[in-house]
Amino acid sequence: MSSRFLEHARACALALLACCGRVESRDLVVCADPDNLPFSRQDGSGFENQIAALVAQDMGARLVYRWQPLRRGVVRKTLGARLCDVLMGVPADPAGTATSIPYYRSTYVFVTRTDWGAPVSSFDDMRIRASRIGVPLIGTDNAAVPPASALARRGIVENVEGFPVYGALPVAQRIIDALANGQVDIAVAWGPAAAYYARRASVRIDVAPAPDETLSRESFAIAIAVRDDASDLRDAINNALRRERSRIDAVLTEYDIPLLPLGRAPSSLR
Amino acid sequence: MTTTGANRPTARTISRAALCLIIVVGLAALAQGATNTPSSNVGDWPMAARDYANTRFSPLGDISPTNVATLKLAYTFSTGVVRGHEAAPIVVGGTMFIVTPYPNVVYALDLSQPGAPLRWRFEPKPEAFAQGVACCDVVNRGLAYADGKVFLNTLDNQTIALDASNGKELWRYRSGDIRAGETRTMAPLVVKGRVLIGNSGGEYGVRGWLTALDASSGKELWRAYSTGPDRDVLIGADYKPFYAKDRGTNLGVSTWPSDAWKIGGGTVWGWISYDADLDLVYYGTSNPGPWNAEQRPGDNKFTSGLFARDASTGRARWFYQLSPHDEFDYDAVNESVLVELVFDGKPRKVLVHPDRNGYVYVMDRSTGEVLSATPFVSVNTSTGVDLETGSLHYASAKLQRTGIVVRDICPASPGGKDWQPSAYSPRTQLLYIPHQNLCQDQEATQTSYIVGTPYVGSIVKIKPGPGGQRGLVTAWDPASAKSRWVIEEDLPVWSGTLVTAGDVVFYGTMDGWFKAVDAKDGHFLWQFKTGSGIVGQPISYRGPDGKQYIAVLSGVGGWAGAVVSGDLDTRDGSAAGGMANVMGDLKQRTTKGGMLYVFALP
Repeated sequence: MSSRFLEHARACALALLACCGRVESRDLVVCADPDNLPFSRQDGSGFENQIAALVAQDMGARLVYRWQPLRRGVVRKTLGARLCDVLMGVPADPAGTATSIPYYRSTYVFVTRTDWGAPVSSFDDMRIRASRIGVPLIGTDNAAVPPASALARRGIVENVEGFPVYGALPVAQRIIDALANGQVDIAVAWGPAAAYYARRASVRIDVAPAPDETLSRESFAIAIAVRDDASDLRDAINNALRRERSRIDAVLTEYDIPLLPLGRAPSSLR
Repeated sequence: MTTTGANRPTARTISRAALCLIIVVGLAALAQGATNTPSSNVGDWPMAARDYANTRFSPLGDISPTNVATLKLAYTFSTGVVRGHEAAPIVVGGTMFIVTPYPNVVYALDLSQPGAPLRWRFEPKPEAFAQGVACCDVVNRGLAYADGKVFLNTLDNQTIALDASNGKELWRYRSGDIRAGETRTMAPLVVKGRVLIGNSGGEYGVRGWLTALDASSGKELWRAYSTGPDRDVLIGADYKPFYAKDRGTNLGVSTWPSDAWKIGGGTVWGWISYDADLDLVYYGTSNPGPWNAEQRPGDNKFTSGLFARDASTGRARWFYQLSPHDEFDYDAVNESVLVELVFDGKPRKVLVHPDRNGYVYVMDRSTGEVLSATPFVSVNTSTGVDLETGSLHYASAKLQRTGIVVRDICPASPGGKDWQPSAYSPRTQLLYIPHQNLCQDQEATQTSYIVGTPYVGSIVKIKPGPGGQRGLVTAWDPASAKSRWVIEEDLPVWSGTLVTAGDVVFYGTMDGWFKAVDAKDGHFLWQFKTGSGIVGQPISYRGPDGKQYIAVLSGVGGWAGAVVSGDLDTRDGSAAGGMANVMGDLKQRTTKGGMLYVFALP
């Protein structure tokens, strides 16, 4: 069969679907942070904006945004308050929501200046103990980002500098700035954001995945959240994600997202 | 009046007039000393706690156990705001001033007119962004009055002085950054022409402080940080803590790993009291943050403790850390009530402090010595306080380890008692503690937080404590360190208490009942159902008509009431810091609404 025939078949199928109302013309209402590069931004320049556009286009839906900063209670204020239908870029299966199939898996990464030395790729790298290391800090009691826990388990706390998640600039940007100006030698940050700001830094920065630990993992599959009573919408999004796989991959590559193979996390990690 | 030779006052009458004046002024000064408030009128209620000692005791005794059953609604006033109304109304010179939760509108009501019509209103228009930052509803805990001015704190970190007579803005000063997680929910305290304010936001890596502003200009006079080097904490030669554990140089740095003190919490969002004789102010600092406890080894000074500071200079006199290296969110910001007690046959100037960690502390307020520390709720996170060393002994079974769920931690994070203030009657010598009976399951480390993506973690689940009742009002005898009587309530008692010279205690419930009980034995006397749950602070005042009134703001919310005021989905039990898990039924029992209720005898 020629590819041209396939295209015809697909167009016919789409027309059929359209005619019979299985996929009606509708809005896909997306909640997103208005200023959270590289994920989302009000001008559409985030990679999640572009993936949302692909999904909406594939579903034949009009993409509508509701801008809501990622602050405390964001799920409650968005999906919970029926402000929107979907929330992009969430880890799988959070409480009170249902998630689509994952569309990428990334990981926390080590970032270092290229002129500082060979990239760090293990929490047991002895240079970590002798260096200033920056980590993001969550603004919630008794919680820690996975790499900070991995460091604490090794008793590495004295030389760790915390960067609060909340602030005027994205935390990954502040961490990369601190790395560039020598305030810290090593930092750990969530891969997509670290890679994005590393590429824009004033100095060359190496980015290397942090390995999963037995007690905690550093890599996470990312999906789209819908309300847990919206299974039809979730199914439609899943179909769109499958069909748009290659275009989504192209967006992720364009934004230098550190990618790991999709698939389940090791079973020992729930 | 014209002056003629005939009735011109003689030297003798002048001196008599002067003498009278001296006596009157002297009496006024005495009265002020005795009541210890910025208003000389005993019928007034000029600050949230009424007096500098934070007693919330009304010297008015017209309403008594024998007649309180006839108490009737006198007037009401809708605030137009439906979030948690935690504030106390204040009353000075025939005017009542109330402040709403965000957007922090101030109303002045004319008490000399029937129905207390609006005299003026003031809208500070705080930044909307602040709503998304506040940890536990967008509350405000009250105004303060001094020298013809009303002082207002806004959620977006402004302090504003208003002309009490007309509501005109005199100055405003911003000290804090909402984008860095700082907010302001506390009531200011005005002492000797200084407005004392602190910050909220220990959950966000904010560095805590207490600041004094010039009441006439809003100029910042000093700032005392809760962490960092001694020069920032205003610690010098006159710092003399009672216990060795609180002595040392630059403890605000050395009890933290690396530079963690810079974002270490210790915010100041609770109550401040003031002893005019010692010229010291007392207040507590919040929990350390925002690290997981494993990542901040050390005592984390000067968090979760009490400071005594020189009221003029802010310099620290003593500090006592109630919960060193806190793992449970046990802020020490609750009220310190200043009273005189007889201990071992000797009268002592003490402070009584019911803490979140579950103990009532009785301390010598000159020295910072702990005279007694006794649990007033079920406590299993610690086994006691060593009065020799001042150390709290933690129970190892409840300490956190990464990835381990620790069950049945008592008290839960809101503590044996949260911000809701107690009242103390010098007549009964009892402290009336409004509080909760909650425990929690807690996972030390949320291991799937992904920075930059929506966070929907689930780590803390709060549940009813032993016995199942979620709320208690405890009449505590600080001299004998025993409870005299206890009232059990189904819901957490998130309102303040008021006690009067008529020996009546008032408090509200989260489903809207406003109740009066006998101060001596806790017997139920009267109740009235308000429109929404009560989390405010009841007060009493004498109106221009000479009658005693009781006033309270109704309007559910705050941490415990956020499931209603914030429309939380209680299927996520970790919402509102785990509170949603234990407050799910509140949505069936009350609804939002902000309303002032004022009562009087017929």
